[in-house]
Amino acid sequence: MSQLAPLAVALPLLGAALLTLGHSALPRFPSDLLALLAAVVSAGMTLALLVHVGGGLTVYWFGGWRPREGIALGIDFAVDPIGAGLAAFVSLLMAVALLYSARVTDVEPPYYHVMMLTFLAGMVGFCLSGDLFNMFVFFELMSVSAVALISYKVSQQAALEGGLNFAVINTLGGFLFLLGIAVAYAHTGALNLAQIGDALHRGGNDHVVVIAFALILAALLIKSAVVPFHFWLSDAYAVALAPVCILLAGAMSEMGLYGLGRVWYAAFGASMAPQAGTVRAVLVGAGLLTALWGSVMSLQEDHLKRLLAFVTIAFVGVFLTGVGLLTADGVAGTAVYVMADGCGKALLFACAGIVQHRLGRLGQRALHGRGRHLRFTATLFIAGGLLIAAVPPFGPFLGKSMIEDAAIKAGYGFVPPLIVVCSGLAGAAVLRAGARIFLGWGEPSGSSDSADEATEPEEEAQRDRTPAVMAIASLLLLAGSVGFGVWFGFADLAQTAARRFISGAAYRAIVYGAPARHLHAGSASPQWYDWLYCGGSTLLALSLAALGLWGRRGRLGRVMERADSLAAPLRHVHTGRIGDYTAALALGVGVLGGLLTLTLR
Amino acid sequence: MSVYPYLVAAWLLGIGLYGVISSRNYLHLIMCLTVVQASTYVLLLSVGYLNGAKAPIFADIKLGSRVTDPVVQALTLTDVVVEATVVALLLALVIQAHKRYRSLDPDEMVRMRD
Repeated sequence: MSQLAPLAVALPLLGAALLTLGHSALPRFPSDLLALLAAVVSAGMTLALLVHVGGGLTVYWFGGWRPREGIALGIDFAVDPIGAGLAAFVSLLMAVALLYSARVTDVEPPYYHVMMLTFLAGMVGFCLSGDLFNMFVFFELMSVSAVALISYKVSQQAALEGGLNFAVINTLGGFLFLLGIAVAYAHTGALNLAQIGDALHRGGNDHVVVIAFALILAALLIKSAVVPFHFWLSDAYAVALAPVCILLAGAMSEMGLYGLGRVWYAAFGASMAPQAGTVRAVLVGAGLLTALWGSVMSLQEDHLKRLLAFVTIAFVGVFLTGVGLLTADGVAGTAVYVMADGCGKALLFACAGIVQHRLGRLGQRALHGRGRHLRFTATLFIAGGLLIAAVPPFGPFLGKSMIEDAAIKAGYGFVPPLIVVCSGLAGAAVLRAGARIFLGWGEPSGSSDSADEATEPEEEAQRDRTPAVMAIASLLLLAGSVGFGVWFGFADLAQTAARRFISGAAYRAIVYGAPARHLHAGSASPQWYDWLYCGGSTLLALSLAALGLWGRRGRLGRVMERADSLAAPLRHVHTGRIGDYTAALALGVGVLGGLLTLTLR
Repeated sequence: MSVYPYLVAAWLLGIGLYGVISSRNYLHLIMCLTVVQASTYVLLLSVGYLNGAKAPIFADIKLGSRVTDPVVQALTLTDVVVEATVVALLLALVIQAHKRYRSLDPDEMVRMRD
């Protein structure tokens, strides 16, 4: 069964190669079908792998080069439930996105499909890899495909700019990753995560280890778009095609966080244990800052996809907080939240795509009331907004409660209220946009922000039907987001998976050939106060949205204007210039490295 | 092994980043990116270097003699391939930008958007 692991990566690549061979001879429909088939089979394989792995860990050595006498010369895929689960989630999301894109008009076969499949191969490979350098290679494969997909519509200036910003910042991230790998290799003589962990465990902690970890950490935080590395994300997600956004928002940012957890637990965690407190404080702090920044900015945006991009940033912050607690409960909560919320955000991007397809533009104010006849899309969009605000008892509610419980258990009692505020703000931004566009509520504003409108030149055509595949894909995403919460047993599975994920010593032993023992995990279900927290965030979202729609007059209006002017500096930092973004990146790396080295004892 | 290669790697990283931050031309910016990349080459190769050691090709030297580390050389080679792809893609985007907007200045593009 472990042979499925390399096949799940090879199959999308094979599909991509076949499509390239077909070249221009292959019309649209067979390309769509072949790509969809590859994604579905890949999803089937990763799901089978997930079932096979259960709570254990399956290791596949390429060419049968098993480790001897503690030295791993070969390269392995080490598949645990979190990695296999994420790979399956990504493949399913890809299948939905390819279904959705079957009726997207600006897509031309076969290169779009080829890029989508290499993107999938990169992400699945990243999830399954047990080797630090291979993680880097898959990381780059992911980035390159994403660049090509983001700037797919090269005729648009914004798409070119978004693609260039993304490419430069993520390439710099790749270099930092590689520098970190070089330092780690110099110190341990190993590239396999298990062997690195083993060597570090015996060698203890020192400056070189911390520098290697800081470099790799910075690279992964750049990928996940954590403040101050997040600037590229809003430029890129605002211009990508809707089906690409489904994947970007649903899964790509979370890849960085997965990599962070994997590298920490399998390799660095054991020797850096004395510094775990610092690492935890840094990650939770950066997570909360990102969550606040993203949610505040999402209320400032007029352009629908930029708004959703900031919602994505906000939730990356929440996820980072969950992972950054460095406990099994935190990882389990994040795993559930990533899937449920990923489907929710993907649903919102899918709706934005339908709005663009039908109405030809994406500015909230310009679209005021013009979506009244789109009842189906309106329902889905509002439902997505409520899910983002964690309305009980659906998927995001379950994930959010698990993260909040984990934070309280870890002694971070101030985290849950902050998360409630952030998801309230982000939910409010989405609901307000939905009410404006689909219901025509609030005051129509004549002076629409032209700067935002110009980021996406208008498509002239307005179409009078929503294609069935787009509707079906959106419904599937809604079902995914709702479904994860319907069965609380899912939380128990996530708990088992998380216990496997964080047990670095067991990971190393199993990679070296020890049998995997079954893990028992306690069951988890939401507490009474979780219902209060999530009810609170839903109410907060609804009331803030209402305030945004109708509260513009009188004293209340002046308070709102004051709040807006407080957030204005945040807006101005997003300049769109690569130089500024790189400066922020360098500063962030410096602060990160400084914090970690200065607290070394 | 002396400390100098590491200083060179750090210098390349710093000066390359400075170039990316201050660049006023997309082509120049991408060249600066390759300077940053050069720091990864230098670091990787110096990590595996041994004074007086031979190249790790055991065709004409005895097994067990001192050689430099072949792993980092393989990593560098992979790095070259991966980053060649990235740079090619970036240059393609820059060509598109120049074709359509007759400008390579990032600030010019930001100004045109407003």
